[in-house]
Amino acid sequence: MAAAAERALGKATSRNGERILGSLAAVALGASLVLSLVVAPPDAVQGEVQRLMYIHVPAAWLAYLSFAVVFVGSIGYLRTRKTRWDRIAGASAEIGVMFTALAIVLGALWGKPVWGTWWTWDPRLTTTAVLLLIYLGYLSIRRISDNPSRRARWCAVVGIVGFVDVPIVHLSVVWWRSLHQGPTVLRLGSPEIEGTMLLALLAGVAAFTLVYAYLMTLRLRVGRLEDRAAREALSPIVEPAVEVEV
Amino acid sequence: MSAVASPGRPGSFRQAAAILAKDLRIEVRGRHAAGTLLPFAATLLIAFGFAFGPGREVLERTAPGLLWMAVLFSAVMASRRAYQTETEDGALEGLLLAPIDKAAVFLMVVALFDLSIGSPLPLVAAFALGVVGLAAVGSLFGVVAESARTREAVFPMLVLPLVTPVLIAGVRATDLAAAGRTSEAAQWLGLLLAFDVVFLSIGVLVFGYLMED
Repeated sequence: MAAAAERALGKATSRNGERILGSLAAVALGASLVLSLVVAPPDAVQGEVQRLMYIHVPAAWLAYLSFAVVFVGSIGYLRTRKTRWDRIAGASAEIGVMFTALAIVLGALWGKPVWGTWWTWDPRLTTTAVLLLIYLGYLSIRRISDNPSRRARWCAVVGIVGFVDVPIVHLSVVWWRSLHQGPTVLRLGSPEIEGTMLLALLAGVAAFTLVYAYLMTLRLRVGRLEDRAAREALSPIVEPAVEVEV
Repeated sequence: MSAVASPGRPGSFRQAAAILAKDLRIEVRGRHAAGTLLPFAATLLIAFGFAFGPGREVLERTAPGLLWMAVLFSAVMASRRAYQTETEDGALEGLLLAPIDKAAVFLMVVALFDLSIGSPLPLVAAFALGVVGLAAVGSLFGVVAESARTREAVFPMLVLPLVTPVLIAGVRATDLAAAGRTSEAAQWLGLLLAFDVVFLSIGVLVFGYLMED
């Protein structure tokens, strides 16, 4: 199972796989653009601004997907001690932070005209903000670089602890809101969502997932190169002709 | 990594008790909690008082929150301290090399931590449970704080978001308990307990990985 996953990953991260993923992501993004801007009708209540949903929801979904991958990569690293798992966790965290920030900014842009405010202490908003902070902390640990294997271990622990914490944070925020004051926020998504709207949303999710996979392959290649550069800096490829006294 | 007591080797709890006794001796002799953390927490509370003005009503409304902010900041200070004593003279290495479960070390640091920040405030259940939660997270990543001393901000940046549930539940439970709404406070105590159980278990599981070198 793990071996098969690693083989599949190896294929996807080859240069060819990278190119194919990149073109697929570009095509999917174009298709979702057409679907969400042209094909889907404007929302009956919110009008054109509701189209933000087609990028906001996929961004939020990808944030959670990325951090789940960080979790898996972290466990994988602690179990196997293979640097590859650490690279996967690190790459996914970086991309996840980007998508989380994107989801929050898009949500604020959407919230202003619809709810009348950039920010509200809605449970989902608050959890997402805490999520962003947790993984910014993770990335700051990644930047401690005095000892690669220790850094990888620490990051793996933070990647596990952070992910386990998210449901507890969410629960506490939900209770906090419900006991403090009733939810004043309009729930988005009327019971029935129109067919083409759903299609545009799903296309957006698919396109963003492909973008994630593409970014992962790029980041993993950069990570491999970084590791190789660090290795070669430690042990020069060209053996010195004369034995160097240390 | 878990506690399987072999013959001739003290069990996890005995090991933990021994480390606790050692930590207590250090505290009694050094008085870090009494000498540094208590005045620090008091200073914070006074500063909050100045920041919010002398109005009684405002202070009464914000008191649980301010109290917990003081606890949180003291916890950040304390967890760095928790390992400082150990690393100063290489005692941490000695402790880890000893044939003792790393899990027992973790549980003990948690216990020390409770004692060092728990003393000044009313000993309500919310407080005890909240401090255990803070101590679990703080002890786990105190190692990181100690080794990353050149990057001071890394540790609070990592820990403060993680303990969001403790802050929320602690403040709400204190507030409700003070108002005599015990049954509502119990819900929050349950959340604090859940947080403690989750983080103590994770701590015991992963602490060894943090301490490998």
